[in-house]
Amino acid sequence: MSVDLTTVKKIASLARLAVSEDEAEALVPELNGILHWVEQLEEVDVAGIEPMTAVIPNTLRLREDVVTDGDVRDKVLANAPQAEHGFFTVPKVIE
Amino acid sequence: MTNLTDLTVAQIRDGFRAGDFSARDVAEAFNANVAAARALNAFIVETPEAALAAADRADKDRAAGTLKPLSGVPIGMKDLFCTQGVQTTAASHMLEGFRPTYESTVSQKLWDAGAGMLGKLNLDQFAMGSSNETSYFGNVISPWRRGNGDNAPLAPGGSSGGSSAAIAARLCPAATGTDTGGSIRQPAAFTGISGIKPTYGRCSRWGIIAFASSLDQAGPMARDVRDCAIMLEAMAGFDPKDSTSLDMAVPQWEAGLSSNLKGKKVGIPKEYRVDGLDADVARVWDDGIAWLKDAGAEIVEVSLPHSKYALPAYYIIAPAEASSNLARYDGVRYGLRDLPEGANLQDMYAATRAAGFGPEVKRRIIIGTYVLSAGFYDAYYTQAQKVRALIARDFARAFEACDVILAPTAPSAAFALGDKSADPLSMYLNDVFAVPASLAGLPAMSVPGGLTQGGLPLGLQIIGPAFDEQAVLNAGLAIEERAGFTARPEQWW
Repeated sequence: MSVDLTTVKKIASLARLAVSEDEAEALVPELNGILHWVEQLEEVDVAGIEPMTAVIPNTLRLREDVVTDGDVRDKVLANAPQAEHGFFTVPKVIE
Repeated sequence: MTNLTDLTVAQIRDGFRAGDFSARDVAEAFNANVAAARALNAFIVETPEAALAAADRADKDRAAGTLKPLSGVPIGMKDLFCTQGVQTTAASHMLEGFRPTYESTVSQKLWDAGAGMLGKLNLDQFAMGSSNETSYFGNVISPWRRGNGDNAPLAPGGSSGGSSAAIAARLCPAATGTDTGGSIRQPAAFTGISGIKPTYGRCSRWGIIAFASSLDQAGPMARDVRDCAIMLEAMAGFDPKDSTSLDMAVPQWEAGLSSNLKGKKVGIPKEYRVDGLDADVARVWDDGIAWLKDAGAEIVEVSLPHSKYALPAYYIIAPAEASSNLARYDGVRYGLRDLPEGANLQDMYAATRAAGFGPEVKRRIIIGTYVLSAGFYDAYYTQAQKVRALIARDFARAFEACDVILAPTAPSAAFALGDKSADPLSMYLNDVFAVPASLAGLPAMSVPGGLTQGGLPLGLQIIGPAFDEQAVLNAGLAIEERAGFTARPEQWW
């Protein structure tokens, strides 16, 4: 499989990355080089192999359903680019 | 008078306990080295006052008889670990100015053990790179040079390149690193120091800025094997805040150190002896085999048949996880915001991410987004996860026939900055020997093995079965005792 300029722009948009025309054009051969290289995985016989989900066998733990933190609003907001009245603020999303 | 900055972690700890010097003397000596080495660009933030404050506490603790395991030892902290109140950037513009309101579990454990912080160490941006050339804050320059009048700046390895350069240049006796696909071992090899990536889950990931969560693992870097054991004991341990943290007791790795390998079997993976293997790398590997034999081990050939597929699988899995993890940088909650005039929310996301991420990070986000996108997920991601299962199975079978595996850490010595940055693929290939153990979650370490003909360090890698860091450390010690590696970079900075 290979990607073209339209695909690169679509993927960048899905990833919420603004790319210039020049950047997108430069990415096409780079991505194709990398994709072509990873496609050698197709030759591996994976019949009957389950995709790995946990590298070290481990079970997800459960804990008591109790509050373990809270009252940290100002800490949560401390690094916000913009915060007002105890909230994160963003550009208007509803006209 | 002993030069305090030439001492190892163990020597500082023991000398401080014995009253040979104060913790403040040690901190001042390292602070001075840090301040004098800005040409290396190893630190993004220097914190000399934090080092002194910890030293003063250690001096008081010594007087009061309440010493802790790392009292008196100042260290460097990779700038991927969140440190409360101290800028934490992952070497990105995106997080420039970010001051965490919390402390990562691993760094907190080190402070609780009495260590002090000399500063935050430079790295590849979001830990993505093998040469420390992707940092927003500039390249780290290796203290090593080729000599013969060739003063071309060399790569300290990556992504933990600030850590490796700082230790090799005696700016800190030890530092934290993180390893996703070789980011502790390859920089250690490039700079003639030691570093261990423990079993996945040994060190909590909580508060470490995420790159690829199924691979990311913290570990120590230091000048010798004993120091790695000391540091790892302080860093490891169960943490309920990390869902993949191992709920196991932390072994006493330092007390368990033994270089007597009688009865042990060392596997040599035949697939790693690739055509065109660098002659120096092959020679040092052969030396390593002879040293382990001398330590009493039996050498056996093992097979890891899917080795050649490890890198391509890694370059699907790691970017896929990265594209998901890095979705959090949205210009809303923390970090950079770029809000062009009249932009809506979606525009703000895209503009912020375009301005905040460097080219390698963007490249990996786009690859990751592509391999996870509808219609391609099974062909790329599921296939890669199946290959990953086969790679883990290869190791499991190999460890039925041996106790540890010996291989080179990297296919070459340090290259010059700029040599590989134009071609992402050639950079990726530098991690060919390091990535398989990462995909399998296994403990692996690099120790200095020798020098190239040109005088640059080469590392030897020991890979062990899951949870058996002790076997890895012990084989590392056996090599260290026989390699007699005393080379160090001549000070030019």
